[in-house]
Amino acid sequence: MSITRRNFLRAAASGTAAAAACAALTPGPAEARENHKVPDKAIGLLYDSTLCIGCKACMSGCKEANNLPLEDTIGEKLWDTPLELSGKTYTVIKIYQHGTMANKDKAENGFAHLKRQCLHCVDPSCVSACPVSAMQKRAEDGVVTYNKDACIGCRYCVAACPFGVPQFQYDTPKPEIAKCQLCKHRLAEGKIPACAQQCPTGATLFGSYPALSEEIERRRALKPGEPALFPRRTVDSGDTHERAAPEYVDYVYGQKDAGGTQVRYLSGVPFDKLALPMGLPDRSYAADSETLQHTLYGGLILPGVALAGLVAAAWKGSKDHHDDDDFDMFDHPEGGKHHG
Amino acid sequence: MVNHPIPSEVANRLRKPKAGHAAIGGSLISPFTLVLGALVVVAMYFLGQRFMYGLGAVTNINNGYPWGVWVVWDVVIATGFACGGYAMALVTYILNRGEYHHLVRPALTASLFGYSLGGASVLIDLGRYWNFWHILWPGYAQPGSVMFEVAACISLYILVLWIEFSPAFLEHFGFKQLKAKLSKVMFVFIGLGVLLPTMHQSSLGSLLVVYGYQIHPLWQTPLLPLLFLLTAVCMGFAVVILEATLAAVGFKRDINAELPMLSKIGKIIMGTVAAYLVIRLGDLVVRGAIFQVFTSGVKSVMFLIEMAVFVYPVVVLSSPANRRKLSKLLAAALSMLTGAVLYRIDAFLVAYDTGPGWHYFPSAPEMLVTIGVIAIEVLAYIVFVRKFPILPGHSSTAAAE
Amino acid sequence: MYDDTQISREIANRFDLDRRDFLKFCAAMAATMGLPKGAEAQIAQAITVKERPSVIWLHFQECTGCTESMLRAEHPTIEKLIMEIISLDYHETLFAAAGHQVEAAREAAMKKNWGKYVLVVEGAIPVKDGGVYCKVGGKTAMQLTKECAEGAAAVIAIGSCASWGGMPSTPPNPTGATGVGEFLGKPVVTIPGCPPNPYNFLSTVVHFLTFGALPAVDDKGRPKFAYSRLIHENCERRAHFDAGRFALEFGDEGHRKGYCLYKLGCKGPETYANCPAILFNDVGSGSWPVGTGHPCIGCTEKHIGFEKPIHALANLENQRPPAGYPRVVEEQGAGASIGALATVAAVGGLAIGAGAKLVGNLGKSESDQDSGKQG
Repeated sequence: MSITRRNFLRAAASGTAAAAACAALTPGPAEARENHKVPDKAIGLLYDSTLCIGCKACMSGCKEANNLPLEDTIGEKLWDTPLELSGKTYTVIKIYQHGTMANKDKAENGFAHLKRQCLHCVDPSCVSACPVSAMQKRAEDGVVTYNKDACIGCRYCVAACPFGVPQFQYDTPKPEIAKCQLCKHRLAEGKIPACAQQCPTGATLFGSYPALSEEIERRRALKPGEPALFPRRTVDSGDTHERAAPEYVDYVYGQKDAGGTQVRYLSGVPFDKLALPMGLPDRSYAADSETLQHTLYGGLILPGVALAGLVAAAWKGSKDHHDDDDFDMFDHPEGGKHHG
Repeated sequence: MVNHPIPSEVANRLRKPKAGHAAIGGSLISPFTLVLGALVVVAMYFLGQRFMYGLGAVTNINNGYPWGVWVVWDVVIATGFACGGYAMALVTYILNRGEYHHLVRPALTASLFGYSLGGASVLIDLGRYWNFWHILWPGYAQPGSVMFEVAACISLYILVLWIEFSPAFLEHFGFKQLKAKLSKVMFVFIGLGVLLPTMHQSSLGSLLVVYGYQIHPLWQTPLLPLLFLLTAVCMGFAVVILEATLAAVGFKRDINAELPMLSKIGKIIMGTVAAYLVIRLGDLVVRGAIFQVFTSGVKSVMFLIEMAVFVYPVVVLSSPANRRKLSKLLAAALSMLTGAVLYRIDAFLVAYDTGPGWHYFPSAPEMLVTIGVIAIEVLAYIVFVRKFPILPGHSSTAAAE
Repeated sequence: MYDDTQISREIANRFDLDRRDFLKFCAAMAATMGLPKGAEAQIAQAITVKERPSVIWLHFQECTGCTESMLRAEHPTIEKLIMEIISLDYHETLFAAAGHQVEAAREAAMKKNWGKYVLVVEGAIPVKDGGVYCKVGGKTAMQLTKECAEGAAAVIAIGSCASWGGMPSTPPNPTGATGVGEFLGKPVVTIPGCPPNPYNFLSTVVHFLTFGALPAVDDKGRPKFAYSRLIHENCERRAHFDAGRFALEFGDEGHRKGYCLYKLGCKGPETYANCPAILFNDVGSGSWPVGTGHPCIGCTEKHIGFEKPIHALANLENQRPPAGYPRVVEEQGAGASIGALATVAAVGGLAIGAGAKLVGNLGKSESDQDSGKQG
């Protein structure tokens, strides 16, 4: 259930007298916070699972570009073997398998790949959750960045993210949050994110948000089986390869989910098979949470009014019971007699 | 009082005749305190590991369950337990019921330790604890974050608690004038001391709103702040009953003088828990989540246990005869506390599902640290009530000076 | 059964080889086929003692590359061994004779060894327009194949053309080029490749000779000992693929450094063959297409070799071993340990017990008081 101010009030009022009282105290100026909008110069990625061959070049490129250590989950210290995103891994290629696994991009007796990484939400929960502005969404291009120098390590972002993306480092006394920042250091040099640079098939494709939207529409309009061109690295790189158009499921993951994301997915198997949360509301959870906070604390009006009332009551209480100056929390002339 | 570590003249000055409180005295060394001390040492050992090797060396928390007992118990539940001062200040000073006055000081003492240690526990749990001040620093602080609201209010409240408590110390160190000046404005701090817990205890519930679908519908609701607030107030009152009983039994004090007040508190608990239940269930009905009460496996079981231990105090305390019996009051209070603890554990851990494949159960060292923190709290309380005038002065032991 | 001196004498007489070199050859054959230890002795005995099988080798729509490849096998005197191991009774390229003479020789050999000879077909069989596009000695490829296959103990299709039609069958396939198996309507052993590796053929023949049966084959008739692993799996450039280092165009820095050729269209990831394992021409490492810097064209795979554009990207086959990828859902985090459960049980038990005891005691003292009042 999403929370607009109206909903919140309705829910509150529909309950009981106590809830109604709470609602009646709600100050007027607080407005429901709407979802953030996609920034004008937003950039993002398109991950097309049907193009992914599972070569993990993106994982390798990501580790190199972000100077991340290898992760060993099988105790051999030979290969980089992350099971999931982790404190050492910003992106990971996972596999969905079913039955004989004979058919790529088919749910029945098939398999499909999934690239896990930060989806760079349009209205990120982590940014809303972060109490110290360590997680921020860049106004210009919408990249969700992390600043370890601000971070206090409370892990609220880890818990809040609906996609389980931010990862905390539990194995060091100086931990950080690990999370894809769309290779912001490479972007600053005019390069594109390492994963898109490395991807041999264009399964991970970098581009501006509108250009990627167009590319998504183009791909969805292709007739399955017909030869089609697929760009690599960026939408307009001119570096293309030809292959038969795949059969997509009729859904673009990240178009609207939880307010939309700037990294979007296309796939041949239903997204719930890829263990992505389905049925997320269009309204972002950040908007829900902040609406609630703004309703209760907007402009500190409600707390201010409450404080005035409380202080007045306490003052009256102290006047009622204390004639002397020597008043503290414990002293009370009408209290029990000292039996000592 | 041979082993009294505080000079007797100071002790005498602290035991002001006009106040209805007295230090109960007695030895600090007992089998019970020695066990507590041992638990503290064990916790310190694991804390050393945590600060040398990271959180993962001691705890079982992981990226699927980034918050474990160190957050859910040490902060969310511990501050709930420490709401006694809040609850008593609410009825005594705001609702202007002076008769509860006796219970304020012990409750406030427990709150002081509960919150101070809760705040200190946050530092244990924070990964980058050396940056903790960022949360209140302009430029870093992010007011849109519920966490900011919680942190700011708890920090301020700890400060307010110490100010509220400070007259005892000020007098101890001879700052009589300062104490007098403080007394004149104390009503401001009392007001703050009620407002701040109201804000952050409700916000502890609001923390979960941004989790969205990750919290099971039996718990996820926009009314989370109200539900957390109501249970926190009840916890405060229940703890006052528990505290009074334990003090009576533990220090062999006569409790009959306090019983009528405790009865009234029982009535307040009954009303508040009843309101909580009506809101909670009404909300489930409105959202249609009520249909998942029996169909959600472990979560359903936990929900039903929660409901049972919340209903029990309402039933028991609805009888005026029961409200006059300390045993019934205590049973109801314990049941209510169990419910509130379960509600918090359920909402933060059981109902939380970040996606398939993740498991969490606290490790033994993790829990031993939490137990150590509780031990510190109990130890400090024992030291304070034995050495400072905290408990209502009915005690024959205290009088036997 | 196995007479060392007899073999030595035979070898000396027939092959002009010393015994040591001969046994090395036998061991190499056994190793290529992945046969267990001791098989080389069986092979040695079969080669020396058994009667050499008659072989009829037909050529249709082809380039003779397969035969050329066979002749370039550089193990000591391998071509000699072929000639000595088998009785090659008909082979258009290698025969000194010509015209009606060779056709007569073929017919004579067939008659003599009816039901026992091995038929090897090199090249595709055009079936369009009555097969007029390929005739030898006035007979169409269709007629010849039917005729020769009838009395053959085994049929081996060598090269991609004979295996499924190969290059001549590339769309639009104007001559209706067809593979031997499809034409005969029965499964045959295929040794696809353009050209195929000579040892794969030789090993198949030696297997037939030694065990009297053809080796185990996959669903496309390819001997499993040679065609059960992807090129990609044994490729010397695999490390570059795993690290995401790709040559982007011929002659670029990555290409010169020996990076993975996947982006240039290498079909290694979807092509089953042992090229990277046994290489070509016995000249040491790197002597195979990918080793020299050219992407694999997938010549052993129908619908890939000659059909899929050389620059087109390969689909990755054979990803079924799950160890390489984390599943979409991985179990992570620790459940309750015994120590943790014990701690919870101890603390919980203590709390509940103490609470119950306290409540019970208080209740007891209250009822005592009540009864005292009443009394």
